[in-house]
Amino acid sequence: MAHGTGTSRRTYIAVFAALLLLTVITVLVSYVDLGLGNVAVAMLIASVKASLVALFFMHLKSEDRLVWGFALVPIAFLALIIFGTLVDTMLR
Amino acid sequence: MTGTSSEHHDPAVAFESAKLGVWTFLATEVLLFGALFTAYTIFRMKYPELFRVEHAKLDRVLGAVNTVVLITSSFTVVLGVDAIRRGKTRLLEAYFGATILLAAVFLCVKYVEYAAKFHHGLYPGTNLFFSLYFMMTGLHGAHVLLGMAVLTYVLVLSRRGRLSENYYTPVEMSGLYWHFVDLVWIYLFPLLYLVG
Repeated sequence: MAHGTGTSRRTYIAVFAALLLLTVITVLVSYVDLGLGNVAVAMLIASVKASLVALFFMHLKSEDRLVWGFALVPIAFLALIIFGTLVDTMLR
Repeated sequence: MTGTSSEHHDPAVAFESAKLGVWTFLATEVLLFGALFTAYTIFRMKYPELFRVEHAKLDRVLGAVNTVVLITSSFTVVLGVDAIRRGKTRLLEAYFGATILLAAVFLCVKYVEYAAKFHHGLYPGTNLFFSLYFMMTGLHGAHVLLGMAVLTYVLVLSRRGRLSENYYTPVEMSGLYWHFVDLVWIYLFPLLYLVG
């Protein structure tokens, strides 16, 4: 089958190491009180980790636009649902 | 569709279709977990004090250990997919076996955590935070269990000689699902254990 992704094992190891490092960082940061900054940092790190998994482990990096659409549209919907529900519940 | 039968049996087309099928399924999964993430966001904003106090009752060391376990299991899956692409079925079986083992470790740690919570009188009905905690980690745990079944099925296929460098669609598809299970935990861990 002709659909090699060109991702090398070296890349997988680098991504794995980055994921472990980011996990350690996010745990360490949680012990420092930054107020609302804690949430921002935790979500930022989680999103970087999620992107690494999606791009390299799920091979999104080498996928075409169609697959990107399938991956991003539900996330856009989720953002819309959270935003819409927030507006509805907070402004009542 | 007016495709001829040869188109239907083109392995490359079949592979792409299967892949889009899995991504579609994952889209519904995003929204399934999304409903819970929405509930989490709303209640956290309404009752910040409750979440701040209650989340401290979770063991963030065990949570971190489980995060490492799941990330490692994603890594072994990706190495398994890489192995079968080179036609190495034994290597695939070793990596997928390791993944199933790591999944079992994850569930054992989860069991220890649940037992400790119950021991301290913290149940799904105790308060809003623990309702969300048990619902979200419980649904995720069910996904881990399902993932173990799917990975075991792929392992059996490989043992029966049904997979090769020319046909490994089930390996790739089960891998996509497993990475998604990892992705959900990547968000659950900080939201529940670190910043609740």
